[in-house]
Amino acid sequence: MNAFITELEKGVSGKIIGLQGGCGFVNQLRSMGIREGKIISIVTIHPFRGPVVVRLDGKLITLGRGFANRIIVEL
Amino acid sequence: MKKIVLMGNPNVGKSVVFSRLTGTRVITSNYPGTTVDFSQGTSCLHKDRVYIIDAPGTYSLTPSNIAEEVALRVVKEADLIINVVDATNLERNLLLTLELLSLNKPLVVALNLWDEAHHTGVEIDVTRLEEHLGVPVIPTVAVTGEGIAHLAEYCSKPLSQPTPLFLTEDEKWKKIGHITQEVQQITHRHHSIRDIISDATIKPLTGIPIAVLIILSALWAVITIGETCITSITDPLFECYLPFITSLSDYIGPGFLQQVLIGELIDGQVDLEQSMGILTTGLYVPFGIVLPYVIAFYLIAAVLEDSGYLPRLATLTDTFFHKVGMHGYGIVPVFLGLGCNVPGILATRVLESRKQRFIAATLIAISVPCMAKTAMIFGILGQYGTLYILIVLIILALVYVVTGSVLSRILKGDCPEIFLEIPPYRRPRLDLVLKKTWMRLVAFIAEAVPYLFLGVLLINILYATGFLAWLGTVLSPLIVGWLGLPQEASAALLTGFLRKDLAIGMLLPLQMTPGQLVVAVTTLTMYFPCVGAFAVLYKELGLIDLGKAVCVMVCTAFLVGGLVRFICIGI
Ligand SMILES: Nc1nc2c(ncn2[C@@H]2O[C@H](COP(=O)(O)OP(=O)(O)OP(=O)(O)O)[C@@H](O)[C@H]2O)c(=O)[nH]1
Ligand SMILES: [Mg+2]
Repeated sequence: MNAFITELEKGVSGKIIGLQGGCGFVNQLRSMGIREGKIISIVTIHPFRGPVVVRLDGKLITLGRGFANRIIVEL
Repeated sequence: MKKIVLMGNPNVGKSVVFSRLTGTRVITSNYPGTTVDFSQGTSCLHKDRVYIIDAPGTYSLTPSNIAEEVALRVVKEADLIINVVDATNLERNLLLTLELLSLNKPLVVALNLWDEAHHTGVEIDVTRLEEHLGVPVIPTVAVTGEGIAHLAEYCSKPLSQPTPLFLTEDEKWKKIGHITQEVQQITHRHHSIRDIISDATIKPLTGIPIAVLIILSALWAVITIGETCITSITDPLFECYLPFITSLSDYIGPGFLQQVLIGELIDGQVDLEQSMGILTTGLYVPFGIVLPYVIAFYLIAAVLEDSGYLPRLATLTDTFFHKVGMHGYGIVPVFLGLGCNVPGILATRVLESRKQRFIAATLIAISVPCMAKTAMIFGILGQYGTLYILIVLIILALVYVVTGSVLSRILKGDCPEIFLEIPPYRRPRLDLVLKKTWMRLVAFIAEAVPYLFLGVLLINILYATGFLAWLGTVLSPLIVGWLGLPQEASAALLTGFLRKDLAIGMLLPLQMTPGQLVVAVTTLTMYFPCVGAFAVLYKELGLIDLGKAVCVMVCTAFLVGGLVRFICIGI
């Protein structure tokens, strides 16, 4: 099943299968390690459309909600 | 001279490597985006002098903010690139390495944070990595100096250029995937206590109470350390100094020289705080009042910066900063601005859009009190109790929020979202904390002393020539009519251009009510940053935006000043 990472339960991990957005944006995500094939999990989602904190390769990354909503994972 | 440039992702230890190689001190902290401008140093390697340049961190050669643009500009001039790579994060770091290889310049890889890689169960086969990349790879631990001598050897050796690589995006990722699989082995490890703390401080439910606790303890620590410094060191020192200066004053006798060196006698006595002479107020304010708190503040700040807490605070405050047109990373310029507005304004370079940088820089100049401003607030209002100080601080905070949300609504431009790597918590190293505090102290003194002397001198000359009296009359409608202050307060407004803390000596003798002092202090804090901060604003914003920023400052200052007057003093 495919989902946006913001729909993941906390602690559950998924495999990134797609990044939506322009070339520049996608390359920026990739250069920070967020790219297809990587395993990603949610640490926390801040309320009031706040940022999302993800864990990837054991490291934490904070992403704005809009950015996070463009990452599609496979459960 | 040969030019060597240090390149790498943010927060991988480039600046520590730079300090090790050149002996030049630069600021290092545990968050991405510490270095926003390049620094140069020279090093003597095997009798050859070489230039070494520390660049801001960047994830790729496609810049996404001003700091990364600087890095790109610098690397173009390099004769040799030292690519500092985070060994705990090899895969992500290799993208930049591959891009640097395509620049067709000699390259050496410093595999830094080798100690941390070891602890977290990451094993890297260095020889295999060298084979894959075709360039020397040297494991280093910058903070202890391990491997640095080895790295330095390569800096003086003539190195052959690597065969240039021209790969498409997809090919790059394929290659990176292939390399990491071949050379890296990760032993899986369970959640450590560090991970648990890390998660707890970034989740809103637990993170916000912890943040409040940390901020309050930091505040308490600064005040306690500062007070202790004053009562046990600076006050006794100045007590010994007073008789000396009193006899000097008697020796000189009345006249212009006494006026400039010693200043006004208060009730026939030299008063270190209020006399306004170069050797009295000019020395006592920076060293007796401000310096102890500056030391305390920078010590605590260094511990917070090196621990890695700031990016977590940025995450927690992200939603708030969106309301004022920025994102959570805006907390870093504010934090640095509390020490001195200059590095605070420089740090806005890590924000992506022009609009965000304008708002961040303007708000710092208006309502983030630097140590000199804070000293003024405490020095003037301290004797009337904490309440008045709190009033001023609350006003400043409100101004930050209101001005920020107004600016973010009326200014054109976009506000990109946060995208921030959270570094692991690290135990702050005592040597680095002390070094950093020392550097900032030296910078503070080098900046404060000339301006304070100049300010005191200027005031005395202007006073003697009658200019101050004239200025007082001219500004009277504004100062007396609108703000409800005595005419003489205009002189404090004038010295405020040079140093805010000087205003302590100028406002105290005027016998104002606490309400009037609150008005004076808030207006003085907001209407204009000091000359140093003004120069950086110009450098960062350009002339037109600087003009806009000054308009915002002056308007806000006098508008808010007037409002506070009606609330605190009445009509
Ligand atoms: N344990 C360990 N810590 C290190 C090492 N090298 C650097 N650090 C720490 O890592 C943090 C980042 O170091 P900096 O030198 O500021 O990093 P930078 O690459 O210059 O970062 P930016 O200027 O933000 O791009 C600091 O807190 C250092 O003390 C290392 O080899 N081992
Ligand atoms: Mg640096």
